[in-house]
Amino acid sequence: MDNLNNLMDGFGAAITPTNLLFACVGVLLGTAVGVLPGIGPAMTVALLLPITYNVEPASAFIMFAGIYYGGMYGGSTTSILLNTPGESSSVITAIEGNKMAKAGRAAQALATAAFGSFIAGAIGTTLLTFFAPWIAVQAVKLGDPSYLAIMVLALIAVTAVLGSSKLRGFIGLFLGLAIGIVGIDSLTGQSRMIFGIPLLGDGIDIVVVAVAIFAIGEALWVAAFLRRRPQEIIPVGRPWMGKDDFKRSWKPWLRGTAFGFPFGAVPAGGAELPTFLSYVTERKLSKHPEEFGHGAIEGVAGPEAANNASAAGTLVPMLALGLPTNATAAIMLAAMMGYGIQPGPALFESESTLVWTLIASLFIGNFLLLVLNLPLAPLWAKLLQTPRPYLYAGILFFASLGALAVNLQWFDLALLLFFGLVGLGMRRFGVPVLPLIIGVILGPLVEERLRKTLLLSSGDWSGLVSEPTAIIVYAIIALGAIGMAVTGAVRGRKDTTTEVSA
Amino acid sequence: MSDTIQTTTPPTATPERRRDLAQFIVVAFLVVVATLLVVDAAGLRNDFAETDPVGPKVFPWFIAAMLYLTAALLSIAILRGSIPEEEGGEDVDLDQRAEWLTVAKLVGVFVFLIATVDLLGWTIAGALFFAGCSLTLGSRTWLRDLAIGTALSVGSFYAFYVGLGVPLPAGILDGIL
Repeated sequence: MDNLNNLMDGFGAAITPTNLLFACVGVLLGTAVGVLPGIGPAMTVALLLPITYNVEPASAFIMFAGIYYGGMYGGSTTSILLNTPGESSSVITAIEGNKMAKAGRAAQALATAAFGSFIAGAIGTTLLTFFAPWIAVQAVKLGDPSYLAIMVLALIAVTAVLGSSKLRGFIGLFLGLAIGIVGIDSLTGQSRMIFGIPLLGDGIDIVVVAVAIFAIGEALWVAAFLRRRPQEIIPVGRPWMGKDDFKRSWKPWLRGTAFGFPFGAVPAGGAELPTFLSYVTERKLSKHPEEFGHGAIEGVAGPEAANNASAAGTLVPMLALGLPTNATAAIMLAAMMGYGIQPGPALFESESTLVWTLIASLFIGNFLLLVLNLPLAPLWAKLLQTPRPYLYAGILFFASLGALAVNLQWFDLALLLFFGLVGLGMRRFGVPVLPLIIGVILGPLVEERLRKTLLLSSGDWSGLVSEPTAIIVYAIIALGAIGMAVTGAVRGRKDTTTEVSA
Repeated sequence: MSDTIQTTTPPTATPERRRDLAQFIVVAFLVVVATLLVVDAAGLRNDFAETDPVGPKVFPWFIAAMLYLTAALLSIAILRGSIPEEEGGEDVDLDQRAEWLTVAKLVGVFVFLIATVDLLGWTIAGALFFAGCSLTLGSRTWLRDLAIGTALSVGSFYAFYVGLGVPLPAGILDGIL
């Protein structure tokens, strides 16, 4: 098997002292930020983008991958020990997990989450090893028109499927596309949307936008609604689980993985739906249905596995097609472009060593998470007691540091504040963040590819549908739009009393 | 449907607040951005019109049109009573009254950082920024906050200088650090 050989070479490159150190740092940092309220893996990777100036791409991506997997894991710890989940993907875990913790079974809840994450991560990464290269091989054959269609599909899917209000999702997307316009037009060399400010000539750095929207926006939003009475944190010892817990957990782990991976791999699948499906399935299949709602271990095992498997699945479109479908993948893609690496189907050919080292390091990071985090759980629980003024002052501090380091000019700090206020407004007015970030990153690529396609067809617009794949993808978009309009109309007629989510 | 799940996020819409007219801020923002796009794109030339029929104008114009459209749709939705789903979080208690004064003070501290970072340098401005933020957010131990801020700013200055080769602004301490 070619893939296995490549993977072995990847392990060879990943198991160097330096890279193992980066993997450890990434996993620990990722778990810490996953546990801490207010920061997530996407923001952390964005803050760490300055290291790409001086660190080998392989090492940097090994660390980013560790942060990504670690963040998922840390999020589940928070939702078990506190009753307010920070990320939408761990909402479901909190339902049974927090009940278990309150009933004195926090150690078992954390253990089943940890083992479930490990198993889902291992299976998911294995599937990634075989699927991603295969998809890339198919995708390399696609020409510009098809690739353009797939990018458009990803943009629309991420915007329309996730979140509660489609209208507000599209508002986020178009604002992101507008930000992407700023700078020099790649084909004619003219400046656009710079308002006579030469400092905007190179465009707005993605680090500044991402850090502002995630970190500054979040810190300002929390500042307005900071909980006055601190929440009760359930103390926990070392996670462990008995034989009976294992017996009840292993099937949910596998079923959760089966739900999570495919949803992560398609654009806009996300983690919300598979975790929900996994929860519902476990409740139906359980031999102890009476425990659901009072702390059933299956209700933690399944959704946690689904959550992590979906995280692994997300890396399939990112590595095979260069399409990010969640915030962390989007920032990792920005880091790739910062290195001058062109993301896309050719990545497996052109950057073979980097990609396989990254995949190997996912296995390593996944294993490190298990061995490091089981003994460290009490420490992570302590981290939740960080005084909030320090936590949010720290987030603001590091966000400013990250933005300042990009170009070493105060102007980036001013941009940071401006987009931070935009991020605050988005949280207040329910405009989702992800479409904006993906719009900023993919917008310029879509425009460039659209215009290049038309250059190649000498300005003939039918060049856009000159490939069968392109036609199929546009048909999928059209069908999706019709389907959504129909279900929207039906739902609108059924209950006019509930909120008009447009 | 029996397959519904009670999530822990509390309902944000209170019955007495039927319309959220503050959302017209979003509408106004969208219109401003769209108008900027249209005006800016109008001044662009397309030198290769035969082969590049899209040119540099079409994309901004398309985005602007979509922003106008979403602004119009949002206006209708607001008037029909659409309430935004405000974002929750571990430290966010949406049942409390919003303290916009705290936010304004934080913005003030931020403006101070922007104004002084070149003059005072990252070490001093950054330390003051951290202390200012934590004091605004309810900390009362200003001496300790300053100490932590200084440790962070000096530490990050050297970490970036030595570790990454990125010289952050040294300001008035140039030559001493």
